[in-house]
Amino acid sequence: MDNYAYRKFKNRLFFILSLACVIIAIIPLLSILFEVIIRGASQINLQFLVSVNGIGPAIQGTLILIGLTSLIGIPLGIMSGIYLSEYGNNRYASWMRTFNDLLTEFPSIVVGITVSVVVVVGLIGSFSAIAGAIALSIMLIPIVARTTEESLKLVPNSVREASMALGVYRWKTILRVVLPAGKSGLITGALLAVARIAGETAPLIMTVLGSRYFFQGLFEPMASLPITIWRSALQPSAAVQAQGWGAALVLILIVLSLNIGVRLVSRGRMRK
Amino acid sequence: MENTYKIVIAIVLIAIIVGGVAGYILLSPPAGTEQVSLSGSGATFPVPLLDKMITEYSTVKSNVLVSYEGIGSGGGISALQAKTVDFAGSDAPLKEAEREIAPNALHIPKTIGAVTVAYNIPNIATGLHLTGQIIADIFQGKITNWNDAAIQDINQDIMLPDHEIVVAHRSDGSGTTFIFTGYLSKVSSDWANTAGLGQGKTVEWPVGLGGNGNSGVAGIIQGTEYSIGYVELAYALENDMSVAAIKNPAGNYVLPSLETTTEAVAGKASQGLPAGDASWSTVDVLNAPGEQAYPIVSFTYLLVYKELNVIPGMTQAKATALVQFLWWVVHDGQQLSPALEYAPLPDNVVQINEASIQSITFDGQQLPTS
Amino acid sequence: MRWKLTGDNVFKTLATILAASAAFILLVTAITLFNGSLPVFQRFGFGFFTGTQWQGNVIGSEVFGVLPYLLGTLITSGIALLIGVPISLGIAIFLVEMAPKTLRVPISFLVELLAAVPSVIYGLWGLFVLRFWVLDLIEKPVSAYLGWIPIFSGTPFGLDVFTAGIILAIMIIPTVSSVTREVIQAVPNSIREGAYSIGATKWEVIRHWVLSYGRSGIFGAVILGLGRAVGETMAVTMVIGNAIGPNAVPTSLFKPGQTMASLIANGYLEASPASLELPAFIAVGFTLLLLGLLINVVAHIMVTRVLKIKGGAVE
Repeated sequence: MDNYAYRKFKNRLFFILSLACVIIAIIPLLSILFEVIIRGASQINLQFLVSVNGIGPAIQGTLILIGLTSLIGIPLGIMSGIYLSEYGNNRYASWMRTFNDLLTEFPSIVVGITVSVVVVVGLIGSFSAIAGAIALSIMLIPIVARTTEESLKLVPNSVREASMALGVYRWKTILRVVLPAGKSGLITGALLAVARIAGETAPLIMTVLGSRYFFQGLFEPMASLPITIWRSALQPSAAVQAQGWGAALVLILIVLSLNIGVRLVSRGRMRK
Repeated sequence: MENTYKIVIAIVLIAIIVGGVAGYILLSPPAGTEQVSLSGSGATFPVPLLDKMITEYSTVKSNVLVSYEGIGSGGGISALQAKTVDFAGSDAPLKEAEREIAPNALHIPKTIGAVTVAYNIPNIATGLHLTGQIIADIFQGKITNWNDAAIQDINQDIMLPDHEIVVAHRSDGSGTTFIFTGYLSKVSSDWANTAGLGQGKTVEWPVGLGGNGNSGVAGIIQGTEYSIGYVELAYALENDMSVAAIKNPAGNYVLPSLETTTEAVAGKASQGLPAGDASWSTVDVLNAPGEQAYPIVSFTYLLVYKELNVIPGMTQAKATALVQFLWWVVHDGQQLSPALEYAPLPDNVVQINEASIQSITFDGQQLPTS
Repeated sequence: MRWKLTGDNVFKTLATILAASAAFILLVTAITLFNGSLPVFQRFGFGFFTGTQWQGNVIGSEVFGVLPYLLGTLITSGIALLIGVPISLGIAIFLVEMAPKTLRVPISFLVELLAAVPSVIYGLWGLFVLRFWVLDLIEKPVSAYLGWIPIFSGTPFGLDVFTAGIILAIMIIPTVSSVTREVIQAVPNSIREGAYSIGATKWEVIRHWVLSYGRSGIFGAVILGLGRAVGETMAVTMVIGNAIGPNAVPTSLFKPGQTMASLIANGYLEASPASLELPAFIAVGFTLLLLGLLINVVAHIMVTRVLKIKGGAVE
């Protein structure tokens, strides 16, 4: 085979291999969706979703955790990101950036241990919803900080300069001009980060404990979908396991709709 | 598109608020009664029964919300010691060192369970006989094939296959493991004396696959041919698993069931049990006397402090509610046991429990039990 | 220069302080973990890192060692990288260089969705589905023909180091492929055009020009993937087979194993507060923390020293 034909063959071969990679990656996704739907769909009815005997408390718990974590984590993350982007050309910032990156990769179980020791035993004295929110916030902050920094960095400097040339104070420039300009990236980043930590289990096991009842207070244990899924899978009766798959279906729907919704909207913006 | 964002965020926030409000409304006790919540955590083994009891109890006392999370016996003891729960559940009694860090904790046997040796051999659904020594040797990796002479000898009427035995055990620290390894230590001096083995919630299994929870082990057994493992009776029955008949001290091969379990406990109880506030660390219902007594049986305990003042946040109302709940569990609650394949407590054990529960105080006062 | 109470100064100070949130959290974590594991290090010293036993039952004569789980973490992450990185590269290359424009969005969308699946659901799926695929399609055949090679020894059951490595590979694909994609997209078109103009095929352009230009970025993506693999807990716990003690040392791909993260997830809540076992689990967490730091430091050094130098004029 002459050299050119061989090279062409390699070219085609690697096209096929790359395509194969894509297919290999998509098969698990489809399989997971398939399994969760097949095994969980039979559970879904209004009773199951809303009542105490179903996963009503778990859904409420996950929503509350999402809400609390966003309240704590998003402002802290955004401020971090603002610093890194707007003021961050120095040694201190580059160290903070490194620490931030370290924290994004943190094993969730280690976060669980820390919050369990510091908050559950040390500060509060019982497994509690707020401890879970703190643990999830710890995981949220570095992600939001990074996406915030990246989104704000995309805002052209001319915008900042124009605003300050008009006499607007720097902090007002940041809040009123730069942030809105980077808004879509910020919101996308924040929502995706929230979707990601909504499914975390390990930190919750040691902080929120779980519960069969609806929300009882910030300082009390609380139910949540990931814990329900985890514990149901360990129960003997097929009926309880099926409930676990039903909960898995609900969780995946929540997380996927957040993801899909955010991407659809941001794609629409980009087309403008 | 701008508005879409706002709508999405608004929906999420509304969902959270509505969820919270709905939860509160649904939870509100009838006017005039004070709502009390009790929390416990610990062993996973009694969870099916406790769950049923709690649901039933909410119809008896609708203003008392009891919650129990099965996180494992050790976790329960940790929580008890840290006083982050009102009561704990454990399959293993407190060791002496644990009694020192959780002083004045009462042992209240709550129900009784049996640990079965389940297996999955194609075409052999029932009838497998095993002795304690053989089981210990299998789990220690000394007997590795199903048609080993030792096993075949006592199963003359079954044709055992020539295949490697796949062992399944618990990966999480567990009270079930504690009970099972306690039995192995009793029947095999090899098991008892090897470092890293012996009795414990976690041991250094020399062979086998680890599954999470009873259900994890059951899953491995059911999904893997030629496997053997240990699971609580309730799980084995729920999943229709094949279980071995084990030789008891009386010389009979006994299958695990409610009857054989109850017989074991009755036999053991007749030998005498400690008072609630004493040490239970030497109590076990293994190799109990009785013609048809099943050899691997155990109490599972509720642990609670004798003086409830030590728990931060404890109130008179909560203490009373706790005592009444415990009283109900060892009396009326026991009626729920047989349907779920747990053995009810025999009378003499109930009497010990009554004395223990009546000794619980708050602010130095005894508490009414009903 | 004295600090005046102006809006700008207040804001900047606030932002500066809050930027340290991550550092603060890391500090608290490090202190908490170190403090919690002190009893273990006092008892065993460095031997904790080289020991393989895990005996916590007889209070007073406990022995703990983290080596099997450290090896487990390294090997499962290694497998994840070996399998996941080439696939991620393939996907990134496909999406940037080869895919028709209309397919780009849907495919990248689907790959990103992989990242959205919560790890506990990965674990469930791994336990009920993936395990049997791996067992029947890979482990049984390999064991039948190559079982004499030590790393393939033992009768496979699907719940082992290999399956854990595969599920980790799947989980790191979205991260590694999206970062790689950005890196490849950032390669200036002039490089490609120059290469085409001398007659290179598409594949040759990618292999010899694009990938080497983006070398350090791709390395960064790999490190991200490694970090994710090392820290993953729930999915691994459900498929790794959960061995403990000397038996957990990963001598074969098809034997059950244990990673540091899965060990903690399995045992932490069960550990009796009266024994040394709880500090031992915290010590394992501390080791995991150290490993994460080490990976990041090494990566940092490699990117700034080694790769930049080789990049030469192109950087």
